[in-house]
Amino acid sequence: MGSDTLKNQAANVVVWLLLLAMPYWLPHVGGYVELGSRVVVLALAAMALNFLLGYTGVLSFGHAAYFGLGAYGAGMTIRYLVPSTGAGLIVGTLVGAVAGAIIGPMIIRLRGVYFAMVTIAFAQVFYFIAFRWNNVTGGDDGLTGWTRQPLHLGFATIDIQQNPVAFYFLVLAVFAIAVGVMAFLLRSPFGRTLIAIRENERRARFLGIPVDQHIWISWTISCAVVSVAGALYALLNNFVDPRALYWTQSGDFVIMAVLGGMRSFWGPLIGAAIFVTLQDYLSSQTENWMSFVGLFFVLVVLFFPRGILGMIRRKVAS
Amino acid sequence: MSLLKVENLSKHFGSLIAVDDVSMTVEPGELRAVIGPNGAGKTTFFNMISGFLTQTSGKIIFDNEDISTLLPARRVWRGIARTFQITEVFPELSVRENLRIAVETASGLRLSPWLSRERDGEIRTRIDELLGMGGLAAKANRLVGEMSHGDQRATEIMMALALKPRLLLLDEPTAGMGDQETYDITQLIRRLHRDERLTIVLIEHDMRVVFHLADRILVLAEGKMLAEGTPQEIASNEAVQAAYLGKAAA
Repeated sequence: MGSDTLKNQAANVVVWLLLLAMPYWLPHVGGYVELGSRVVVLALAAMALNFLLGYTGVLSFGHAAYFGLGAYGAGMTIRYLVPSTGAGLIVGTLVGAVAGAIIGPMIIRLRGVYFAMVTIAFAQVFYFIAFRWNNVTGGDDGLTGWTRQPLHLGFATIDIQQNPVAFYFLVLAVFAIAVGVMAFLLRSPFGRTLIAIRENERRARFLGIPVDQHIWISWTISCAVVSVAGALYALLNNFVDPRALYWTQSGDFVIMAVLGGMRSFWGPLIGAAIFVTLQDYLSSQTENWMSFVGLFFVLVVLFFPRGILGMIRRKVAS
Repeated sequence: MSLLKVENLSKHFGSLIAVDDVSMTVEPGELRAVIGPNGAGKTTFFNMISGFLTQTSGKIIFDNEDISTLLPARRVWRGIARTFQITEVFPELSVRENLRIAVETASGLRLSPWLSRERDGEIRTRIDELLGMGGLAAKANRLVGEMSHGDQRATEIMMALALKPRLLLLDEPTAGMGDQETYDITQLIRRLHRDERLTIVLIEHDMRVVFHLADRILVLAEGKMLAEGTPQEIASNEAVQAAYLGKAAA
């Protein structure tokens, strides 16, 4: 047990060092800073999904809804309300979190495939609203005419608008806070009740855990964090379109989590890194890049059912 | 005053009547066994008391409160804990982690996002106590899913005890166990009853266990109450003998 926690701590240090140094090493291996930001943003979304999937045992196939709400919330705030990056982030997060909290009670009694289907259905509702409501959301063309704003900290101004490295570090700082909160919760008594529900819902119920209430809280936290990621995604692109809400986007998050390993805290980060890199490289080579990602996914699921990180952890343990 | 009072409980599944008008009163400190041939409705009866199933008609009174319509978790909060015929544990966690979840929930910490050092110490002490009582101290760090059936069952019983129940429901605690394991579990139940004065209702197939442990026995057959009484009364009851031996003889 002692060497396990030591290994985990070593893994944490390696992950954070790689993330902190990413703008400096990524260009040397053929990447670019925006690609790094994209990995971190989508990793945050996949890790938020995994809070629910890997640690509560509940599969949402509609997390794009809250990702997209975060994105539109941030974009529309900056476009229509206040030209402030901070305000965009906060409003985007709140919109997604509140929508999740309200939709939650309608779906938390469902399990398995029924839960997944209903989450897709709700996500499609938001997709069509964004798609049709042209004069507010920009419809199919997306929400344009705004950009992320420099950060005014009182004593200094950080130009995240023109400087991709500065923006990367804003993304990483927000990522660190959100991931830190999730990690902290998972080590708490509340986090252990979620793992209990994943392991055996019936036993959890008969230990006196009101399972539906706990799933609702976990769902709402997960939706809140995925909308943080959505807000960052809008800021990264200076643009939002309805595809951020589309069900295939939800599928991408599930693929990232499963690819990397949903029983590992950092698994979805690895999954997101692989997914985004493959997408970036393959989509410049072929229009059918998704079939290659799909093939890769199938191979991983067949040969490493616990994901890439699950496989690595098994190797290290043996 | 009785702790548990079940009044005219029935459960219908479509046209099948699984439990038909069964009543039972359990006194504090009593160890009550529920026996009967397969398909007698014992587990269904249990499931209604613990809230796993909702009764078709009848009432369940626990400590003078009607709990007939309460959700399972709320019945646990009132002091009813149970185990299952097929052991229900958290297989991918260690024994210690299994117990920790139970102890923390019982301490009202289920929604707590953190744990003070002091509180953590109290919880560890309680976990060690339970590990000792269940004979699991040497196996505390093993994954429950990888342990023997008997040890899994002991873990499940200890998790139920972690809740400090006033009524413990055990559904076939020795099912599928070898002689040694059966003996160990029987001794454990006996200690809980004698030393802790815990009120226990158990379903059991093994008659040695039943006659060794029970203060009173309720016999069900085909969903109905067949007899109720002390082990001696039940052993000499002709209707009970007919129910158990009749089919074998025919």
